[in-house]
Amino acid sequence: MNLIWCKVLQLPIITLSDLECDYINARACCSKLNKWVIPEMVGQCLSTMLMLVSMHWFIFLLNLPVAVWNIYRYAKVPMGNMGVFDPTEIHNRGQLKSHMKEAMIKLGYHLLCFFIYLYSMILALIND
Amino acid sequence: MSTAGFNSQNGTGQGQAYANGPSQNPVALQQLPGVSYGMTHQPNYSPMQAKAPAPPGPGLYPSGPYQPVPPVSSYQPVPPVSSYQPVPPVSSYQPGPPLTSYPASPGQPLLTRPPMGGLPSHTPPQSASPSPGPRLPPAQATPPPPSVSSSSYYQNPQQPQPMAPSWQYNTAPPPMGPPASMSTPPRGPVANHVNPAVSSTAPPPPSSAVYTSAPPAHVSHSATQPPGPRMPPTSAHGYTQPGTVPPPMNPMAPHTYQPSRAPYGPPPTGPPPTMKATPPPTGPPMGNATPPPPKAVAQCGGVVNSTLSPTEPDCQEGDIECPGTVAGNGPQAPNSYNHVDNKMAGLPQPGPPGRHLGHYPSLPPGYQNTSTPHNTTSPMHPAMQAATQPYTQAPQPYQQPPGGPGPAQLSPSLAAMSLQSSTPEALRVVNLLQERNLLPPRPIPAPTPCLPQDLQKINCNPEVFRSTLTSIPQTQSLLNKAKMPLGLLLHPFKDLSQLPVVTSSTIVRCRSCRTYINPFVSFLDQRRWKCNLCYRVNDVPEEFMYNPVSRSYGEPHKRPEVQNATIEFIAPSEYMLRPPQPAVYLFVLDVSHNAVETGYLNVFCQSLLDNINALPGDSRTKVGFITFDSTIHFYNLQEGLSQPQMLIVSDIEDIFLPTPDSLLVNLNECKELVQDLLKSLPTLFEKTMETQSALGSALQAAFKLLSPTGGRMSVFQTQLPNLGVGALQSREDPNQRASAKDIQHLSPATDFYKKLALDCSGQQVAVDLFLLSSQYCDLASLGCISRYSAGSVYYYPSYHHQHNPAQVECFQKDLKRYITRKIGFEAVMRIRCTKGLSIHTFHGNFFVRSTDLLSLPNVNPDAGFAVQMSIEENLDDMQVVSFQAALLYTSSKGERRIRVHTLCLPVVNSLSDIFAGADVQAISGLLACMAVDRSVTASLSDARDAMTNAAIDSLTSYRQSVLTIQQPGLLAPACLRLFPLFILALLKQKSFRTGTSTRLDDRVFAMCQLKYQPLAYAMLMIHPSLYRIDDLTDEGALNISERTIPQPILLQLSVEKLSREAAFLMDAGTVMYLWIGRNCNPNFLSQVLGVPSYASVPDNLFMLPELDTAESQRTRAFIGWLRDQRPFFPSLRVIRDESQWKASFMQNMIEDRTESALSYYEFLLHLQQQISK
Repeated sequence: MNLIWCKVLQLPIITLSDLECDYINARACCSKLNKWVIPEMVGQCLSTMLMLVSMHWFIFLLNLPVAVWNIYRYAKVPMGNMGVFDPTEIHNRGQLKSHMKEAMIKLGYHLLCFFIYLYSMILALIND
Repeated sequence: MSTAGFNSQNGTGQGQAYANGPSQNPVALQQLPGVSYGMTHQPNYSPMQAKAPAPPGPGLYPSGPYQPVPPVSSYQPVPPVSSYQPVPPVSSYQPGPPLTSYPASPGQPLLTRPPMGGLPSHTPPQSASPSPGPRLPPAQATPPPPSVSSSSYYQNPQQPQPMAPSWQYNTAPPPMGPPASMSTPPRGPVANHVNPAVSSTAPPPPSSAVYTSAPPAHVSHSATQPPGPRMPPTSAHGYTQPGTVPPPMNPMAPHTYQPSRAPYGPPPTGPPPTMKATPPPTGPPMGNATPPPPKAVAQCGGVVNSTLSPTEPDCQEGDIECPGTVAGNGPQAPNSYNHVDNKMAGLPQPGPPGRHLGHYPSLPPGYQNTSTPHNTTSPMHPAMQAATQPYTQAPQPYQQPPGGPGPAQLSPSLAAMSLQSSTPEALRVVNLLQERNLLPPRPIPAPTPCLPQDLQKINCNPEVFRSTLTSIPQTQSLLNKAKMPLGLLLHPFKDLSQLPVVTSSTIVRCRSCRTYINPFVSFLDQRRWKCNLCYRVNDVPEEFMYNPVSRSYGEPHKRPEVQNATIEFIAPSEYMLRPPQPAVYLFVLDVSHNAVETGYLNVFCQSLLDNINALPGDSRTKVGFITFDSTIHFYNLQEGLSQPQMLIVSDIEDIFLPTPDSLLVNLNECKELVQDLLKSLPTLFEKTMETQSALGSALQAAFKLLSPTGGRMSVFQTQLPNLGVGALQSREDPNQRASAKDIQHLSPATDFYKKLALDCSGQQVAVDLFLLSSQYCDLASLGCISRYSAGSVYYYPSYHHQHNPAQVECFQKDLKRYITRKIGFEAVMRIRCTKGLSIHTFHGNFFVRSTDLLSLPNVNPDAGFAVQMSIEENLDDMQVVSFQAALLYTSSKGERRIRVHTLCLPVVNSLSDIFAGADVQAISGLLACMAVDRSVTASLSDARDAMTNAAIDSLTSYRQSVLTIQQPGLLAPACLRLFPLFILALLKQKSFRTGTSTRLDDRVFAMCQLKYQPLAYAMLMIHPSLYRIDDLTDEGALNISERTIPQPILLQLSVEKLSREAAFLMDAGTVMYLWIGRNCNPNFLSQVLGVPSYASVPDNLFMLPELDTAESQRTRAFIGWLRDQRPFFPSLRVIRDESQWKASFMQNMIEDRTESALSYYEFLLHLQQQISK
């Protein structure tokens, strides 16, 4: 499951760096990324809920901020904008950089999660 | 050839320099480093401003004629000098040159003379007059006037007469003539020097003296007076060259030069003589002269202003500076400067007048002799005279030193003086709380980057390419410390009168960064050049070795590409992704009941009928029409039909094109059908009762129609779209307009228009929106359609064909310009900058396709752009950085063209240098763009705070980091002295004001304009110009194509400046107000307005009657001239005390307190409070 997360997170990084290097058009880049905003948000919320239900408090707390951030990011998009990534804005005010930074942080976070999950899984298997 | 023209635009100063170039260059260069400051700045000024031009002219003139001046030398010794001294007023300028000349004269006289002889011949035109009297005094005297003109450079600004000449050489000269009266003969020489003074009056002759001197010396080098000095040198050195070379253009300079000079020459001569005569006696000196130097200095600041105003014409830029310099440095500074100057010699001359003044005072120590001549002219300005006096004194001391060096040295010193003074000038400390009259009498010129003269003279015209900081900080942390925004303001497709066009099968570009070869690259040898953006070494292609202009081989650095900072290439086929598109115009017209009510259809159809042959295009041009209300109507205009056929599509949810092939037709083949349609359209919908508007669907239909070719879509809309896709709802609550704490709804309500605009952009379709509405139309949402497709927005609130004739006139004029203006299709613009710099935000109408590429489906000459830059890597080892904007477009004739602008700026590593290079107008313009963004993404109050903080932060930084002596008060460097005023003006501008009832659409439109208008027009919207126009005179008037344009001075925007006995014109960019005082001079009422008394001034007067009186002609000439300077048509509103427009007029009085906003003084106190925290 975490592997999928890592995959999902690589996408923005690759796409954004493509944009930075002028390999793809801002519009294509943004529509590609915007498609993943909602799935990511829903998935993150779901996993958070799962942790809550299964009473894994530590992992739940780890997931919560990211879920909240995803929801907040989606909610604060102005009405006239075309999603979280807006092709008309992305080159302005260093947005590209901040998106890039966000994607890197998330990648690190999910890598961390991946190892924690792996550890928990092995621990669970051993205990069984 | 074209290149030459271009240069001229940039600045005469540069052009001249060029001429000198060969022989003198070495010197100039050397000096440049030091001098450069002064030089560059000044030259720029003159070039920059149209008005400024005059000064340059003079310079040129003088040189030729003046040289004869030799007499001067004789004169100099003469006491007259003292009399001349009065001249100082001219001051600033003259002093510099004159001095040089003087000193030089002794040694150089001979030299000069020889040249002189030659010169006459050179100057052909002018010389003719002078030549007769080869030597001398009389004849020469006359010539001097020309010199005066040169002096005028600086002076001119101050003195009306000179000014006029400067621009139009021909005209100017004449004025001079008269003054010349001659008195000069005796003092001829002196007089010459005086010429500066002359500038003020007739004195010009003296100036001639100056010239002469200059020539001998390095004057030519000194550059400051590029025109003047060079002339002399040329005459002396290579007569031929000067004569031939026209000053204006760098390359071409030689040629142009002569012409211009010639004209001047004659006129000058006349005046000078007179000048001299009078001056010597007392004229200039008049009381003013006498005042001790010190006073003069001190006064300069204050006095200058006052004097300036009187002189109106003279003042200009130079004036402003002058005050500063004088006041700031005082006598002492001058001395030091002088020395420096000597070293520098080359540069200074160009310097702004103001600086010169400053110098003068300083000069006093040594220069007295020289100064005297100057004085002669002064009659005009008392203040000036005062300044001169100091001069005289100073000169003497100086002379001695010069004696040793010889004339040449003197001139350098002069130049140096100017330079130094200039530097200090920009940084002169101004206590804003104490100095009230900071507004210059003429529009402010752009500051000149502190570059070596040879670079500066070919640098890009600041009207096209301008930076907020003309000195780029070395590191981002330094930039952060200065607290000023770094950015560029561009007007890339500006209509240019001279533009070099190069046709070449290979366009030379850097192989790694794709930069176009430009004047700032370096040639390692004949075969290799080094890119100035990425520093890669490239090969020079074989083809580039041949120079088509000179028809010579092996001189790649002489090619037009390397001589012009602005150039256009005809692109070969590699620059086309598809065959160049034809010009395609589609008009989308609202024909709902509301639209028919406004009556705009008649105006539109009539304008298009009148101008249909002027639509830019070739034989492939296509046009089409769509009208819409609740349904969409297409018009089949196919050849062969007897009359246009209307096709109605009522399925607006799923729009389709009924006959895709015949809706866009070739204009030439179907012109009659198109004309038929235009004639019948207004009547076709007369009786319609349909009130709904399906704009979204109409736009989709139009997009489908245009997407195969691309082109321009002009949309006329009169109400809120309320049907189908893209329907909007009213979001404005009129009751909240004034009271709302924060303004809502500045951002779009839907992304429909944005998405459609991006689709359009992808298909090379631009959408121009004309909004004619009396009600809320949600421009914030609708505007997106134009904003992201690189279109333009026009807004006519309350448009009605009967009730609002002013708007109708405005609409007609705008439409005419819109239809006939140049247009570029399927364009992209890339902005490159030296490695280490990067662009982080763009402002304007376009879609940013990648980090530095703007997609512009259409580009028009009225569009401005701004970008914010950041410094990503330290620019440690660089002396200069460059920026290049390359605009690739398809002309309306189907040619693919590339217009390239390159700007070069110096890199500095001290905060004081950064402040010295700050361009207050550009900073304000960029801050306005940033504030608009902030209002939309955050809130209006946030944006207002940010602007106030910008002023506080930069002044705090200046106080803490640059000022060494802490004194009380609100201190600002002279170059930023208007910054708080502009910030306050922005806070009170329609876009950002609070507490006043402002319609949401008006506000949003004002914001669009701030981002979209080129800087010059945006500044008028921010800080309108106020003139008193009931007493216009021809003094100092400009002469443009046979018309005399009076030049009243700018007044502060305060009710205190208004008077009941006068009439005032406020030019607020898109609208002009003519305010009539209650007790206005009846003469003005009857002669200009054609009414007998104040009470009979009609309420709705929108144009001035064409009366055959001098007053009426002057007033109309002035207003017409203001209008001609901009692409849109400002409507005129004549207002009395009880007019409905009085409120809008008064709202522009930004220095006054209003119920909800601070007065200027209160705002300054607020700033001071924040700064001293």
